Amino acid sequence: MSNTLTLAEVEHIAELAKLGLTPQEAQMFQEQLSAILDYAAMLQQVDTEGVLPTAQGLDSGEAERPGMREDRVAPSLAQAQALANAPAQQDGQFKVHPILDE
Amino acid sequence: MDYEAIIGMEVHAQLKTASKMFCGCDANYAAAPPNTHVCPVCLGLPGALPVMNRVAIEYVLMAGLALNCAIPEEAKFDRKNYPYPDLVKGYQISQYDMPLSRDGWIEIRLEDGTAKRIRIRRAHLEEDTGKSTHMGAYSLVDYNRSGMPLMEVVTEPDIRSGAEAWAYLTKLRAILRYLGIASGNMEEGAMRCEVNISLRPAGSAAFGTKVEVKNLNSFRSVRQSIDYEIKRQAAILDAGGQVEQVTMGWDENAGRTVVQRSKEEANDYRYFPEPDLPVVRARRAWVDELRARLPELPDARQERLIAAGLRPYDAQVLTEEREVAEYVDAALSAGQAAGADARSISNWIMGELFRLLKESGQDIATIQVAPGELAALVGLVNRGAINAAAGKQVLEEMFATGRPAAAIVEARGLAQISDSSELERIVEEAIAANPKAVQDYREGKKAAVGFLTGQVMRASRGKANPQVVSELLRAKLG
Ligand SMILES: [Zn+2]
Repeated sequence: MSNTLTLAEVEHIAELAKLGLTPQEAQMFQEQLSAILDYAAMLQQVDTEGVLPTAQGLDSGEAERPGMREDRVAPSLAQAQALANAPAQQDGQFKVHPILDE
Repeated sequence: MDYEAIIGMEVHAQLKTASKMFCGCDANYAAAPPNTHVCPVCLGLPGALPVMNRVAIEYVLMAGLALNCAIPEEAKFDRKNYPYPDLVKGYQISQYDMPLSRDGWIEIRLEDGTAKRIRIRRAHLEEDTGKSTHMGAYSLVDYNRSGMPLMEVVTEPDIRSGAEAWAYLTKLRAILRYLGIASGNMEEGAMRCEVNISLRPAGSAAFGTKVEVKNLNSFRSVRQSIDYEIKRQAAILDAGGQVEQVTMGWDENAGRTVVQRSKEEANDYRYFPEPDLPVVRARRAWVDELRARLPELPDARQERLIAAGLRPYDAQVLTEEREVAEYVDAALSAGQAAGADARSISNWIMGELFRLLKESGQDIATIQVAPGELAALVGLVNRGAINAAAGKQVLEEMFATGRPAAAIVEARGLAQISDSSELERIVEEAIAANPKAVQDYREGKKAAVGFLTGQVMRASRGKANPQVVSELLRAKLG
């Protein structure tokens, strides 16, 4: 079974991920992503009759309220630390390219 | 042509937890300088891991119970992927196909007294985004809000008008406030609303093209935008056109919806399970414990007030805010001893007290008129000790000074004159002074008695019992 993605689908995925691809790269990813889909298709052939669906691989089992924390305030970073890696900043805020869609 | 509007709503409400959803940053950031309530988790730094806030989960489960929802035994979180500068990780932790609660309903009561159920599709939990400010050539982002617990409540398309949407929002907010899990304050952005609207010919079962309206930040803008969209879409359909599937915003100043995004740019969120968070198991014992924590909710309170004698619509209005409902309860229980019936107390609160609250901008929880004193005032009016006009003056003074009703009546000499010998004298004077009206009355213009009653009321400086006066007048005029 082969799940070949079209080039248009690859370009759509790249657009969603904000990646610019050269024609060569698009072709390379078309092959690689298709191979991944083929692999998933192979898994789908396994007979899962009688097996409960698993929503999540991470499950603390029977523990009471697993993986939760109490609603307690913990220290935050200082503003200077928070902004330390910002490419640009102004007035204590991250400065980014203009957001046009509003 | 006649159309039916098919409306669904999505309401986002920030939960009132102490810390954020997946980290310990202080959730009370309103007055804080930008980017001071942030940490590696809510900044989305590589390697940081989210941990669920138990209270936020419990709040949504409680909301689900209060909204008559089913609580599935398993719920999970998913990643909703989209690029936007205020979304630190490039995805929002939300819930896709296994929400914390689903399939509930809210009952709303319309102004004509009829009740209607709005079905709730789901109430789930997600994280809020940061806040961006647009400066023209660039934008600034503050992540203090990033990672705040946000509950999303989605209805089935059961709403039919702006008025129903208003009633739904009012009821939903009342429930959230009774639960004490959200402020529901739209002006402060703690509650946000999206609406989707389509029209279909009345009586048809098909659905028309859906238009979304986003960024609605007041009850009024929700109602106005819906009413506007219904008219706009009806005009397009009447002209033989087709409604476009778009996302709109509401321009408050212009009073109209404006296109924000067309269908071609629609998002493709590529949801997938959040691998860093375990499944949430809502075990029976836990859910029972939360159910036991639910306070008396607006519906139950409303039923109680209706049983006590209030009109259904009044009962709804008086239970919208927990503080008002508590005031009403206190006044009603004091009413029995004060000789004030429930319906009269409700009328005085809905009318005069609400007017005074509105004019002064005060909150019912902090006013000087104790509920027991309000009941005492209503009792004085009901027993005929003072008339209604004097009662209004007394309430105004109570509101301004906090003095008890009886003391004000005494000090201002407002006690009603029911003593008939004194009233008789005033009535006779009025008859003597107004021969024209007397003649009119005797010639069959029975309305003249109203004029004469007015004269007597004036002469008594408002203290006469109007009912007794008109009886006396009729007796004397023959
Ligand atoms: Zn944080």
